[in-house]
Parts: sequence; C-alpha cells; structure tokens
Amino acid sequence: MQKSLLIDPAKCTSCLQCEMACSFEHEGVFNPAKSRIKVFEFEHGLRAIPYTCTQCAEAWCMQACPVEAITKNPATGAMEVDEGTCVGCKVCTIACPFGTINYNQSTGKVIKCDLCGGDPECAKACPTGAIVYVDADWTGYQRMEAWAVKTHAEGAARGEG
Amino acid sequence: MAWQRKVLRVDLTKGVSEIEPLNMDWANAYLGERGLATKYLWENMDPKADAMGPDNVLIFATGPLTGTMASTSGRYAVVTKGPLTGAIACSNSGGKFGAELKFAGYDLLIIQGVSPEPVYLHIVDDSCEIVPAGELWGGTVWETEEKLKAKHQNPLLKVASIGVAGERGVRYACIINDLHRAAGRSGVGAVMGSKNLKAVAVHGTLGVSVDDPKRFMEAVRASKALLVDNDGRKELTELGTNAMIDAMQEFGGLPTRNFHEVQFEGVGNINPEAMERVTPEGHRNLLTNKACFGCTIACGRIAHIDATHFTIVNRPKYRHASGGLEYETAYAFGPLLGIDDIDALTFASFLMNEHGMDPISFGGTLASAMELYGMGVITDKDTDGVALEFGNAEALTVMAEKTGKYEGFGQTLGLGSRLLCEKYGHPELSMTVKGQEFAGYDSRALQGMGLGFATSNRGACHLKHDVFTQDMEDQTGQGKAKPCKDSQDLISMVDSTGLCLFVMSAWGVEEFQKQIDAACEGDWPVERLLEIGERIWNLERLFNLRAGLTAADDTLPKRLLEEPAPGGTAKGKVAQLDIMLPEYYQLRGWTPEGVPSNETLDRLKLQA
Ligand code: SF4
Ligand code: SF4
Ligand code: SF4
Repeated sequence: MQKSLLIDPAKCTSCLQCEMACSFEHEGVFNPAKSRIKVFEFEHGLRAIPYTCTQCAEAWCMQACPVEAITKNPATGAMEVDEGTCVGCKVCTIACPFGTINYNQSTGKVIKCDLCGGDPECAKACPTGAIVYVDADWTGYQRMEAWAVKTHAEGAARGEG
Repeated sequence: MAWQRKVLRVDLTKGVSEIEPLNMDWANAYLGERGLATKYLWENMDPKADAMGPDNVLIFATGPLTGTMASTSGRYAVVTKGPLTGAIACSNSGGKFGAELKFAGYDLLIIQGVSPEPVYLHIVDDSCEIVPAGELWGGTVWETEEKLKAKHQNPLLKVASIGVAGERGVRYACIINDLHRAAGRSGVGAVMGSKNLKAVAVHGTLGVSVDDPKRFMEAVRASKALLVDNDGRKELTELGTNAMIDAMQEFGGLPTRNFHEVQFEGVGNINPEAMERVTPEGHRNLLTNKACFGCTIACGRIAHIDATHFTIVNRPKYRHASGGLEYETAYAFGPLLGIDDIDALTFASFLMNEHGMDPISFGGTLASAMELYGMGVITDKDTDGVALEFGNAEALTVMAEKTGKYEGFGQTLGLGSRLLCEKYGHPELSMTVKGQEFAGYDSRALQGMGLGFATSNRGACHLKHDVFTQDMEDQTGQGKAKPCKDSQDLISMVDSTGLCLFVMSAWGVEEFQKQIDAACEGDWPVERLLEIGERIWNLERLFNLRAGLTAADDTLPKRLLEEPAPGGTAKGKVAQLDIMLPEYYQLRGWTPEGVPSNETLDRLKLQA
C-alpha cells in the first residue's frame, strides 16, 4: 500500500519542526534553507500553510528530465532524484507546476521530497498533527468523515432515529 | 558544533564589519546567549558609559541550541546597558529571527559605535552590508519589515527593527522581530536608535550541526514527549500566558490602578475566556495560536479587533489579525489602568508592536501618570486635553499612539515612570525597581517574587526568577531567599541555551543537561550548568556595581513596603524584604553591602 502526506494547514502553528526534520534527515544539519517542505505564513501569522511535493503519478519533473535522473520508487510512490545521474540542468524545476523541486547551490543538483523512503520525518516531528502519513487512496477520508459526523449530529438533533 | 564559532562585529562609527572567531574559553564558561553576551559586554565596554552614547555596545546573541530541533529553539537575547535602568539589560525574544541569525553562521552579532546616518544591516551568510536606511527611518516596525523584504526581493529575510519610539529614545522602546515578537524590556530599542540603526535583516542558509546527532535526537524526542502530556504546557497552548490573570485575580496578587488594589473587578472581560467569547454580532477576539521557531508549545495568540470598535472603526488598516494579548500586556493595560475593554487592550497591544514599545513599562508609566492626574498634579494642559483617568480606554489607546510616534504628552510618557514621577515631584508613585516597571505580580501577595524583583539585575522583572509555587503555599518571607537564588541561577543558564523558559513547566535541569551534553563538545554535567548560571548572575551583578548601582537599589517602592495589601489572600500584608534580603546576600556569598566576596568570585572564577 502506498501512503501520502496529508497536510492540514488549520492545525499548523508555523513552528518549522518539519523543515528542520527534513533538512536533518537529508543533510545531517538543521537547516530550513535546505528543506523539501516549506511553511508559508500569512497575515501576521494568522495562517500558516505547509507545502511540499504531492508525488504526481505522471510527474512533470520525471517526464522533463533529459537524463532520467528522476524515477518512481515502486514501494513508496515517491519520485526520487538520483544525485549521481542529475546534471543540475534544472529543467525539472521549470516543468513542475507546483515549484516543489528546487536547485541546491551547494551540491549542484536538485532536491525534492522523497517521502524519506517511506518514513517521513516531517510527519514524525510535527507536534500538532498538521502533517500525517496516510493510505494514498484515502487522503479524503478524514474530511468525508467530518461531514458525515455533521450530518449525523444534525439528524440526531432533529430527533431522527 | 552547536556553536557556529563565529562572531559578527559591526563598528557603526567606522562603517565596517568583520567576522572573528568565537572565544571558546568564554563559550565554555558562559554557554551562549544571555551568559556569553554578558561576558562579551563586560569585556567590550565600561559599565559607566552612557547607555545612549557611542560607547554602549549592543549584542544580539543566540545559544548553542538555537536553530536545532530542541523544542523552543528560536530564542535569542539582546544584551546591552539599559537606558531605562542604567543597569545591564538582557531582553530575550522568540519568533524566527534568532534562528535565522544562527543559520547565517553567527553566535553573536556585536554592534558598537554610532553611525553618522541612519542605516540598517543586511546580512546573508558571510556577507554583511551597512546600508543607508533612507525612507525607512521614521517608519513603523511593520512598514520596515515589509519594505525590506520587497527591496531585497527576499521573502525569507527575517527582520528585527525599531519604530519611531526607538529612534527618538523612548526609554522602554523595544526591538521587534517577526512583526510581534519583542526583545522587550529595559529600552534595548532605544539603544539601537541611539546608534542610528533601524533594522537588522538576515537570511541564513548554513544550518546548525550538533556534536552527537544520534544522542541529541534521542534527548530531543524524550524531552518533547514530556511536554506533550504536561498540564502547564497544555494551558499555555490552549489559553496562552493570559491564563495567569485568573490565577492572580483569585489569589489577590494582581496589581490594580497603580498598585492601589490587588484585584480587578473587570478581569472577566479581558481573560482567556473573554478572548474566546463571541459577541452578539459574531466577533471573537482570539483567532488562533502560533509558535515561535522550533516550538512545540505555541503559546502565542493571534487576535483581531472588532471592526466596529471606536479604536479602528475609521481605520481599516488595523482590521487584520496580529499578535494578541499576553498576560503581561493584559495586566499592564487592564487592571493596572483599571480598563476592561478587550478591543482597546488589543489595539494598544498592536500599537506596541507596530511602534516598538514595551507594554509593561508603557502601562506602568501611564498608571503613574493617571495617579498624578487624579491628584491634580498632571492636568489637561499637560495631556493635550486627554482625561488620564483610571478606566479611560481612550486615554490608553491615544497615549499609546502618541508615545509610539513621540508626539505631545507621549514624549513625557516616553521617559518611563521613574523620571516622569520625579519630574512632577512624586518619585514615590513610580512603581519600579532600578527604574523598570513591574510585571503583574504584587510583592505583598507573592513575597519571594518580590525578593526577585528587588534583586533582579535588570530591574523589576518576572522572567529571571520563579518562586511561584513557594509563594502560593506560604505568604511570608520565610525561606524564600533560597528558592529565589536557586531559580535565578537556573534561569540564567536556561536563558543561555537558546530555549524558552516555558519548557520549564515540564523540564527539569536534567532535560537541558542531556540536550546540551549531546549538542556541545565536552562534558556538561548538571553541576557545571548550574555553576554557569550562578557565574552569569554574579557577572551581571559586577557590571551593575561598576555602573554605580549599590545595595540601596535592591529595594521595592514604598507602597509595597508600607501600604498593606487592601484585599485578597494577603490582606494586611506588606512586602517583607527586610527578612529576605540579608538572607539572600548571605546565600549568594555577598557582603552585607551586596558585593560578591572574594571567595565567591574565586569559586566562580570571576577574579579579574
Ligand atoms: S517526507 Fe521527508 S523529504 Fe518529504 S518533505 Fe517530509 S521530511 Fe522532507
Ligand atoms: S511541524 Fe507541523 S505545526 Fe510545525 S510548521 Fe510543520 S506542519 Fe506546521
Ligand atoms: S512557549 Fe511561547 S514564547 Fe516560548 S517559544 Fe513557544 S511560542 Fe515562543
């Protein structure tokens, strides 16, 4: 079973534990500047929105790469960059409509989310549950359930059996 | 490892900056942040120098754990000589700026001299430019941050800046970073203004590493887990720091109307419950909570003002969300001024952030002015026609803005309450220690806290000692000297790690020890850390003594020593400083004159 990151911005406090966890896993240092996930803040911190790669099934980045440095990990479904093959041409960064694959000046290669090989560090570090790792087929389950609960409560309030 | 081992030194008089290696002997003896900056200050200036003159030195300091995954790792300190007190100033802030400075590769940023023209610093890793501030000068903190990000086309810039209050020398001007996080107390923003420095804008890409990553992450995870289930942590996340207002009200330790009373009838309109209440028109003050960098607590409140409220009904620019009421702000604008209008309090709080002022000292100063107005000493002629009466919400918001913009009577309020009360011939009405206004705990009800206020090196302050538990159990001065001293030493150490004091609801010294020991090279047993805390406290003391302060400054205002608490659980009591202070000096290894003895200095390796 493949899993996906499920992000709920309403829960995010903008603590950036996720950015540190991501950089620590991949670079061995705490460095948000090298994080694959980025948290955006709006209106004096009213809203914080974490953003990372959604692992498109037919990934633009993978299609665009002229040297086939990006391949799909069959176990996790993640599009992974092979650093040995990547030539740093950055075509993938142009191709990705979401901006979630980026050039890394210090290595001359691109970096993107690889789901940490199936054990996402960001989700483990997040203190609020704003990032969870769930069945890829059921990222909508929680939202569906919330609506169902609401419908149920309304029914109960009307005294329906 | 943990430290970046680099100091960025900027000489504004000469207009040059240079990077120098961190003195590791000092890092090993003072850890980082508060302690290390104190040592650098001690070595770099004469404590007698004018706080607003060219010889004062302004230090921004991160700790070894700043910018790591340890919970609450976003803290930095600003250490300098404070213009409000004439004593050492040590103001600590969260937000994201401190970690960014560390990511740019620096443990410390040392600013000396005075720039011939207004400037700001633009720091990106190894590059540091001193740039003319141009039209930024005269602008608010909020405008400054927005314009710097736009000008440098870098939304990732983190900015710490001052408003007009800091430029014009309001004695409790603060440095604001990330729009509403403040290095708040003792006038560190006025020092920045005196140096003609408008802002520090920084972007860092270098990251932070630790000595033993595996052991560090284990310690970090275990310590974070303790926070998850801790009740104190839950209260901070759910209610914010303002939960304290209900506790102080119940106990009768909530300074009200310039300390005439210790309980406030309007608390129910400004407490956490009020922040969450929905008005009949559907407005709710509190919107959400937010965290500083790395923090798994998230005590920060994000709030907004009712659009129909008199303060903003014609000012749509304030209809957005921003940093909401913290306890100290709620106390200093609420009970202390006798005001229970939550929107007025929130608006005044926005103004403090926008213009860069410390709400505690502003509230304390306005409270003394209100008392003088009630006595007929200050009149409408002085106040530009504003009735400075306790309970007048408009007086609060109008004066907050005038002081922030340094206009009219705001210039007098900008003096702080000590100078203001002296000016009007009533120094006894200034509720301050060493010239700094009190946080929201009445020393007649909380005796040990009172001792801490009297002995705090930066003047009245609630963040440098913690005797709450003992004070709530016993309302005398007996046995308070020891917990006061011990907590001062412990907190001096915690303030030097790069972490936030609020983790202490769930962590003991062992949690700090395990994380420091794994992050930093060398052995860091508990005893060493506690000794560092005590060393820092004593070095701050030496700074103050050399600056000209004496034991006579370790005191409380007459009102707390002579006028009994009018109500609450401590009804009839005064602050028992006379019992506590001699015992405190003795425990500290100080002479009866409050001077560290030679043995104490030897033991702490503080001999010159
Ligand atoms: S799953 Fe891993 S690589 Fe992807 S954003 Fe999270 S921490 Fe980074
Ligand atoms: S760790 Fe979670 S709460 Fe913190 S910034 Fe990331 S998504 Fe938001
Ligand atoms: S507890 Fe509050 S002040 Fe401390 S780091 Fe967290 S959000 Fe900031």
